[in-house]
Amino acid sequence: MKTPKKNLLSKDEISYVAKLAKLNLPDKLLLKFSDQLSSVIDYMSKIQKLNTEKVPETAQVTGLENVFREDKIDEDRMLTQEKALSNARRKYNGYFMVDAIFEE
Amino acid sequence: MNMLLDRTIRELNEGLNNQEFTSVDLINECYRSLEKLQPQLNAFITIIDKKTALEDAKKKDSKRSKSKSYLHGIPFVLKDAYISENVKTTSASNVLSDFIPPYNSTVCQKLLDSGAILLGKMNMDAWGHGGSSENTDFGPVKNPWDQTRVAGGSSGGPGVAIITRMTAFSIGEDTGGSIRNPSAWCNTTGLKVTYGRVSRYGCIAYASSFDTVGPMAKTAEDCAIILEAIAGKDPYDATSSSHEVPHYYDLLKTGINKKIIIGLPKEFYGNGLNDEIKKSILEAAKVFEKLGMKVKEISMPLFDYGIPVYYLIGPSETSSNLARYDGIRYGNDRSFFTEETMRRIMIGTYALSAGYYDAYYKKAQKARTLFIKEYKKALSECDVILIPVTPTPPTKLGELINNPLENFLADIYTTSQNPVGVPSLALPCGFTKNNLPIGMQLVGDMFSEDLLLKLGYEYQKQTDWHKKKPKLE
Repeated sequence: MKTPKKNLLSKDEISYVAKLAKLNLPDKLLLKFSDQLSSVIDYMSKIQKLNTEKVPETAQVTGLENVFREDKIDEDRMLTQEKALSNARRKYNGYFMVDAIFEE
Repeated sequence: MNMLLDRTIRELNEGLNNQEFTSVDLINECYRSLEKLQPQLNAFITIIDKKTALEDAKKKDSKRSKSKSYLHGIPFVLKDAYISENVKTTSASNVLSDFIPPYNSTVCQKLLDSGAILLGKMNMDAWGHGGSSENTDFGPVKNPWDQTRVAGGSSGGPGVAIITRMTAFSIGEDTGGSIRNPSAWCNTTGLKVTYGRVSRYGCIAYASSFDTVGPMAKTAEDCAIILEAIAGKDPYDATSSSHEVPHYYDLLKTGINKKIIIGLPKEFYGNGLNDEIKKSILEAAKVFEKLGMKVKEISMPLFDYGIPVYYLIGPSETSSNLARYDGIRYGNDRSFFTEETMRRIMIGTYALSAGYYDAYYKKAQKARTLFIKEYKKALSECDVILIPVTPTPPTKLGELINNPLENFLADIYTTSQNPVGVPSLALPCGFTKNNLPIGMQLVGDMFSEDLLLKLGYEYQKQTDWHKKKPKLE
């Protein structure tokens, strides 16, 4: 496997991307990822060599546009409150419980 | 040893209708195999309680005369990426270690409605992230042809369960080879369908614009029967296609009415391809020639860019899809992701982040357009493209999972079809000297599943690679 000359991604950059991705990475993993992701991104960078001037982007391949449905409630697909909450770790009075985001 | 489950779905259906045996017999045979082999091979994550499955089978036996479905009373399993009501569904990740879905995926519902009997939920690479079924929180799946080797992935559990006769068929999910790779490495037949051919509703997402839902079974004929049962427009999946669902099974028998041209793109047969695999596929090409088809060399010069396109867009989409796992409504928090999954989330987040978006994600989306053109051009010169599924026979356990980039490169032949959307049928086509299975794939134009299945069906009439199964104690 070819290794990049220098690390494309520093530990700080990895730490920043982890924050964006809401992943809490321990220090050891930050270092390991800095190495591994550098070689992966280095490999993927060969895509820069492709000439894509005036080429439009493709986001999906269905050939479909504007798929609508009637604005009607589909009761077959409704979950009861009990069912919707059935997998939640924390609930209170029939609600999902989350940590407070505002301080008192 | 001959088993009932060696038979194709059509043969099983015939035997059931003629009262040669019952669904109860089939289910008993499956549980005998899986009770013996599951401890060695680790194909299942969740096994349906035997009593429940037998009761289901009894009901199916009593209603047999009223059903016209080929799948009535036939045992099946699902990759654990498909949610199933009241049956634990994990996507092979501890994030969902105890998730009990409150409803069924469309594909699961359709199969239950057609009378098939669910036996379990199968081991895989977590979230589809891998090609070896080692990236799982439930222990790696072992290859029944050599238990020191991997079963392929991400749908490794389904491949193993089919070839060892723990089930008649399975549903896999293919985002960049996840149906085809384990089919090649386990010696089963698997179909990656055209994007949108089968509803993704209730299918745990990896990369939404690549994900496809397709059959894995012993033969192309089996795949035709299953596809007919699961394909079609679903109001619950806006990306599912309203393209008419032909009678895939009946069509198999109508033969091929034109001179088929099979293209061999030279770039897919270059350095890096194992000699024995290359030889087997060229032998297979001769079988097609003997059937009156024309084989010709073509060129697909973008080949080298397949991996970058896939591994920039796939992780980008997965980083977005997996953002929903916050442990609030269901499941555990994000610290439960495996290292490989965290790597893919990180790559995707990086490719989408400010400053890099144009250079990576946007660039890959443009390259995707070029790939669509490349396949269109190739398929204007031939009817189907014949290529390898994997560059090597099944790898040793630990070989890929410990080397992230090598792990990605193992997908080199199967990743470029998903960004384009075209279907591909993986078929057994030989064995290495060490008795490891070899697979090939036939890639066709959008919605050409009927042609691919016909070609597979004709090929399997001429060969018996697909009938071979591993000897297991």
